[in-house]
Amino acid sequence: MSTAIVFGLCAAGAAGLGLYGLIADPHPLRKILAFNVLGTGVFLLFGVVARRGAVPGLGADPIPLALVITGMVVAFSATAVAIALLLQLFQATGAATLRADASADAGTDPADT
Amino acid sequence: MSPQVTTLDAATAGGFLLVLSVVVPVVGVLLAFATGGRQVERIALMIMPMGLAIAASIAVAKLETGGPLAYLLGGWAPPLGVALRADGPSVVMISITAVVICAIGVFARADFRTPAASVEARAPFAFWILLLAIWGALNMVFLGGDLFTLYVALELLTFSAVPLVSLDGRSETLQAALRYLLFALLGSVLYLAGTVLLYGSYGTLDTVLLAGQVRAEPPTLVAIALMTVGLLAKTALFPLHLWLPPAHAGAPAAASAVLSGLVVKGSFFLVIRLWFDVMPGLTGYTGAQLLAAMGAAAILFGSVVALRQERLKLLVAYSTVAQIGYLFLMFPLAFSPVTGQLQSGGALAGGILQAISHASAKAAMFMSAGSIYATLGHDRIVGLGGLGRVLPLSVLAFALGGVALIGLPPSGAYLAKELLLQAAVETQQWWWAIVVQAGGVFTSSYLVLVLAHALVPAEAPKMPVRVPRVADAAALALALCSLLLGLFPWEAYLSVPHGRPAKTIDFGSLADALWPILVGGVLAILLGRWGTRLARVPCGKGVAAIRRSAFILGSMLERVDDIAGQWTAACLSLLVLVVLFGAAMLAGR
Repeated sequence: MSTAIVFGLCAAGAAGLGLYGLIADPHPLRKILAFNVLGTGVFLLFGVVARRGAVPGLGADPIPLALVITGMVVAFSATAVAIALLLQLFQATGAATLRADASADAGTDPADT
Repeated sequence: MSPQVTTLDAATAGGFLLVLSVVVPVVGVLLAFATGGRQVERIALMIMPMGLAIAASIAVAKLETGGPLAYLLGGWAPPLGVALRADGPSVVMISITAVVICAIGVFARADFRTPAASVEARAPFAFWILLLAIWGALNMVFLGGDLFTLYVALELLTFSAVPLVSLDGRSETLQAALRYLLFALLGSVLYLAGTVLLYGSYGTLDTVLLAGQVRAEPPTLVAIALMTVGLLAKTALFPLHLWLPPAHAGAPAAASAVLSGLVVKGSFFLVIRLWFDVMPGLTGYTGAQLLAAMGAAAILFGSVVALRQERLKLLVAYSTVAQIGYLFLMFPLAFSPVTGQLQSGGALAGGILQAISHASAKAAMFMSAGSIYATLGHDRIVGLGGLGRVLPLSVLAFALGGVALIGLPPSGAYLAKELLLQAAVETQQWWWAIVVQAGGVFTSSYLVLVLAHALVPAEAPKMPVRVPRVADAAALALALCSLLLGLFPWEAYLSVPHGRPAKTIDFGSLADALWPILVGGVLAILLGRWGTRLARVPCGKGVAAIRRSAFILGSMLERVDDIAGQWTAACLSLLVLVVLFGAAMLAGR
């Protein structure tokens, strides 16, 4: 089994775990973490593609590596925005949940509450 | 495809304008962020005419060049470098974005003014910066010539859009923003996974280079399925719309207008790029039918649930769900069975026209809904009585926006509808013609519902706040813009056939235009919320039975929509859709 296949399988595994967590775990913080695991899986796939596309003399194709760095920055900013929102939500309600029944849906009229 | 597109190593005249259209809003963001305080609003309002002028010069340059405009960043040609390209649809989208953003800027001055006593207020500071950021990101989405650049642009768009939802910091809007962000992130990961698969197969992500190389192989088809569904999640096409109604209805009016009018069009435009430009031959008949079937479901569910809402802003938000569905009807109509490809013909022009009509009209409707909310202190539809007398301009803007969306001549939606119907006849797909008509009928049904409530005579409601005239004027101008879009000579930008439908208003076309409103009125009576108002109207037993069954049908559809709006259900339907699209394309190759 070549390295590319091993890492490809790892990428698939990480993506699958992350996807499961993002869908099934009710807690928003864990959803954010699961998103990062899912993202890691996809980034690993970039590494696999870079390795497979390497020309003789180079360890890897540099373009996917450049792309993956940008991707990581994006994922990092996404996590930062999500955490900031989550913290604000926690400060506002004392609970961090996405369930609409915990606090009434966005449809409530501020004049009524 | 025209020869200018395929020559990659050439930047065209006027190419630097494309760079400016992205850079100017971003410079505005940086300047506003650095100076802060009261300068933020001033900088934003200064950038707006500049951006408008740039958009206009791009439109003129496109006319003069004829072909697409292009610019190579740093002089590097793809596949190593990144190109910015503007074809007809991107120029049209850039122009409407500039117009809508400027109108929203005028409207928002009243809501987001830094109070006289304070040096800096959080909401105005965030709003103006995010508005400029959305503008820059959208222009990047319309111009990017490389799938990864487009990914970054899309993420910038999402990150600028999400905080707009929760500007007022209420817990419901924070929750809505978080849901929006998490679901959008799921979509963008799918898109990113698709790009890496494409790079692995072809070694380039440039749209034009890819278009020349793609083959119907399993990795490519999986990549398209992943990217398409990821983009659909960000566009909120049914059943992936769970985040849209709470986010759009909870945001401040000016923010709702930009979110509903413009932000969802960004990912919609990328679906067009992908399906029409990058791989027109791979998506196939079944894939296009599937996409439009989701659109039809969106029209049905979005409209019926919109009619059952108690609040005006939620009604407008659900109508956005329906209108997004309408945008996707063009895909099967653009499919040519002869070549087995999606053709950039009249159907695509119709889809783009519908998108820009919706951008301006829906922004106007959200703005007037915001004025109504600000004036009355509530926006319960049943309590809108007497509004026509106290807020005539807001109601007029709302009505004109709605009329423009129904597709009365000479609105852009009318031209779009004609083009789509024509394409349905040409490709012999009568079932989509029915759905196109149904879309117009449903749109008129919620317009009738709202206007019937707003125009009934009642004692004048209390008005705690007065909205400045200029805000209403901005909404009215946008609604008029949408209403007159059909008169614009689109031939230079979109492939609108020259022998396009006559725009003169005679009795025949008026009758054609009026029947959807009549049917819509019946639907509004059957499915809408009327409070106690209709109970007083005497009606026969048969009519009462019909109303009761319509009510049961409506609540059943709402129940299904509720279930589809659960997080787990939406994510699972996302996965199912990836499998369905993949299977459809594999089977059709």
